[in-house]
Amino acid sequence: MKTEVLIIGGGVIGASIAHQLAKYNLDIILVEKASDVCMGTSKANSAMIHSGFNIDGGTLKGKLALAANKVVKQLCQDLDVDLVKPLGSITVGFEESDLEKMKKTMENGIKNGIQGMRLLDQQELHEMEPHLNPEAKYGLFEPETGIINPFEYTVALAENAVINGAKVMLDTEVLDIMIENKTVKGVKTNKGNIEAKVIINAAGLYADKIAAMVEDIDFEIKPRKGQYFLYDKKWGNILTYTIYSAPTKVSKGMIVVPTIDGNILAGSNAEALEDKTDLRTTAEALDQIYTSTISHLFPELPRMGDVITTFTGLRAASSNEDFIIEAAKTVKGMINVAGIQSPGLTSAPAIAVMVEELVRAQNLELDFTPKANYEKGRKAPVMLAELSYDERNALIEKEPAYGEIICRCESISKGEINDAIHRPVPATNMDAIKRRVRAGMGRCQGGFCGPKVLDILSRELNISPLEVTQKGNASFVLAARNKELPLAEGDQKNEKIRI
Amino acid sequence: MKKLEYDLVVIGGGPAGLAAALEARKNGVKKILICERAPYLGGILQQCIHNGFGLQYFKEELTGPEYASRFIDAVEQSDIDVKLGTMVMEILEDKKIISVNREDGMFEIGTKALILAMGCRERTRGAITIPGSRPAGIMTAGTAQSYVNLEGLIPGKEVVILGSGDIGLIMARRLTLEGVNVKGVIELMPYSTGLIRNKVQCLDDFNIPLLLSHSIVEVHGKDRLEGVTIARVDQKLKPIHGTEQYISCDTLLLSVGLIPENELSSKLGCEIDTVTRGPVVNEKRITNIPWVFACGNVLHVHDLVDNVTQEAEIAGRAAADLINQAAAEVEKDVVIRHDQNIGYVVPQHIDALNNKEKTVKFFLRVKNPDEHVRLVVKDNFDQVLLNLKKTIVEPGTMVTFNLPRELVTKDTSSISISIAREQAE
Repeated sequence: MKTEVLIIGGGVIGASIAHQLAKYNLDIILVEKASDVCMGTSKANSAMIHSGFNIDGGTLKGKLALAANKVVKQLCQDLDVDLVKPLGSITVGFEESDLEKMKKTMENGIKNGIQGMRLLDQQELHEMEPHLNPEAKYGLFEPETGIINPFEYTVALAENAVINGAKVMLDTEVLDIMIENKTVKGVKTNKGNIEAKVIINAAGLYADKIAAMVEDIDFEIKPRKGQYFLYDKKWGNILTYTIYSAPTKVSKGMIVVPTIDGNILAGSNAEALEDKTDLRTTAEALDQIYTSTISHLFPELPRMGDVITTFTGLRAASSNEDFIIEAAKTVKGMINVAGIQSPGLTSAPAIAVMVEELVRAQNLELDFTPKANYEKGRKAPVMLAELSYDERNALIEKEPAYGEIICRCESISKGEINDAIHRPVPATNMDAIKRRVRAGMGRCQGGFCGPKVLDILSRELNISPLEVTQKGNASFVLAARNKELPLAEGDQKNEKIRI
Repeated sequence: MKKLEYDLVVIGGGPAGLAAALEARKNGVKKILICERAPYLGGILQQCIHNGFGLQYFKEELTGPEYASRFIDAVEQSDIDVKLGTMVMEILEDKKIISVNREDGMFEIGTKALILAMGCRERTRGAITIPGSRPAGIMTAGTAQSYVNLEGLIPGKEVVILGSGDIGLIMARRLTLEGVNVKGVIELMPYSTGLIRNKVQCLDDFNIPLLLSHSIVEVHGKDRLEGVTIARVDQKLKPIHGTEQYISCDTLLLSVGLIPENELSSKLGCEIDTVTRGPVVNEKRITNIPWVFACGNVLHVHDLVDNVTQEAEIAGRAAADLINQAAAEVEKDVVIRHDQNIGYVVPQHIDALNNKEKTVKFFLRVKNPDEHVRLVVKDNFDQVLLNLKKTIVEPGTMVTFNLPRELVTKDTSSISISIAREQAE
């Protein structure tokens, strides 16, 4: 297989780069080792578009976040992606010292060009967020922060790239990079070799591993773990703005924020790790997050009960804490995009533009003339919940599957699930369906619709129910058919838990 | 949008909805519609292929589908309308119901009365926040039951079950009979939360260990579940360090409780009891909204379907009274209170002037197991109305008793129920 541009990684960064470069007459392949796009750091984070008020504008990540803020609205409009921006944030403080920090943050924000920030007195703070802990004293309001659904955003970027001719290869893991005469020639993958003129390493947590396939590198990606709580929509009205707790040295502060879908997301702590696959949640950390932040800010939010799920995100932090976006030093045709931790989701469109400049600077005989029939948009999938009753009826009349509700918690129809399986970037497993259409994302967490979604996947993909996975690879949902397993006979006893 | 008119709409075609509709029909309601979201009637009973149903109501032992079919047959022979594959999206205050299905699209149903019979759902892993990774192979016991009994598919080969709820116990036996190694059932509480008969018939008879006062402290595995770490818990239900034990398994089934499905009811404005998580009702199963009734597991989670049927019949009769304008207009509300040993009592209040039925049946659950207790019912004058002996009470089994109507007078304003250990004589 042969291409011009090979992008490694189907997170929001890889997808943004594919989307950006698909504007030109370039052959593009994006490879992703997971069974869907948006499966790593992009999937599990605070889902915010940071305005940059609390970021150091002198750093690369600061510059890119501020630049991206100027284009993200138009981009989301083009891609038919829900974005709530401006929504605004409030940083909440309890102590005198918090107020001092907030004043500094405000100065920083003003320096970064954020307009309309102001300090709130206790009364105004509680008028704006009546469910806040009554003991909260200080507030810093900032109007520009937004929220987005990172899955929807990443999928939209990748779909637009595919519509414009790029190819997305899922379940494709890069095993090595081929180099000749100090120039990259392509990659070896589990699906065979792919020749390429330029390789863009957007491998997230594994960007160091990929970069090191080409040359000795002077950076390392250390996963930093953050754990989150996701609350039922019935708590959706407990707050209006994105809420930061007063910042600490290592973090912009913990957050309690509304999600684009009307849930409440709260987290997260920061634990340095070695294991890049450690997505475990831990009781200690969850307890600590709940006690120190969630119940401290919003005492009404429960520890359990209306918690739909808890999850872990791994931030891909580089050794110097800034983004590393640069060409390889000793080999031509290799661009590394590494260390993309927060605000990576925000910065993605600006990162993609920067990568384009770096690719151009490689002078690789690539045709950068704009694509003649370029499509700047993408049609979002039909979401019945967003349509009027009459619009739904028109659809159901054409395709009755839109009248068959599969996921009762989120009211998702069979038609919407079928669509997700046949999109430009298809959903091919249970979690992929859940991320695309929210089937299984509600209160029952797939308890009722799981077997139905599995059945639809098996039929539409023409595979056995036993081949359907939760999230790709060997994550099979089921193990056998009835009457297939041998029964224990006679003295042959199965091992049980010892009491 | 298509518009239909009925006298009575029943949401849910499970045991509660079927019995309520039939009873309303028997009591003279002519135009009845059952909306069922599944493509078949019978609800969860259709996946409960084990026996043990109907001992009280039919005085014989039936399987779930057999029990359901008695009511389904009766509905099919009646002029009750049924819409299958039909999801109710919204209930409006002006007695209109918005539903959707493949044939009618989104459509509106006008009604005089509504019976809520949507049943319940299982509590999930998220709701109890088990720490650890997120591999495949973790599902609720009811989901596993649906795979095995409706689809003929087995979720895994080595199973650990968390929670001694009835569905988990039933599935321990069902999967063992399919050749699955069910390694054990882990229960957080110091007692089994399911029916005693299920512990005996589903675990003891198959040598499946039940570990009381244990919890899962971590799940392991990246793609598919590889094992769980369990630990003993102390009296505050916190894991005790040093008691951890790793159990390899590819499947974890959760049987950690059921929650009435009241999203539609809440949105409509039904007052919800924080303990039962079902609507607050009086003895006629009327919610705080006068044309809305609730029965079955949407009201409170029952132990036996026989009790669901009886309760649904009460709601069906009461809805018929409302529609036939036979309901008494003057009402005198009597509040039902209970002591700390009792988790909840249904109904939460009764009408002192309702003399339609000779007795009022109460359903309650105790918080903790106990033996040789007295159930005492008093009115607001401290007059003992009932004093009943109960040999064994436990949270998994509902306690029921009948209060004769004649004991409730027009002066009664509250009734209190207590359960306490019998005093040694």
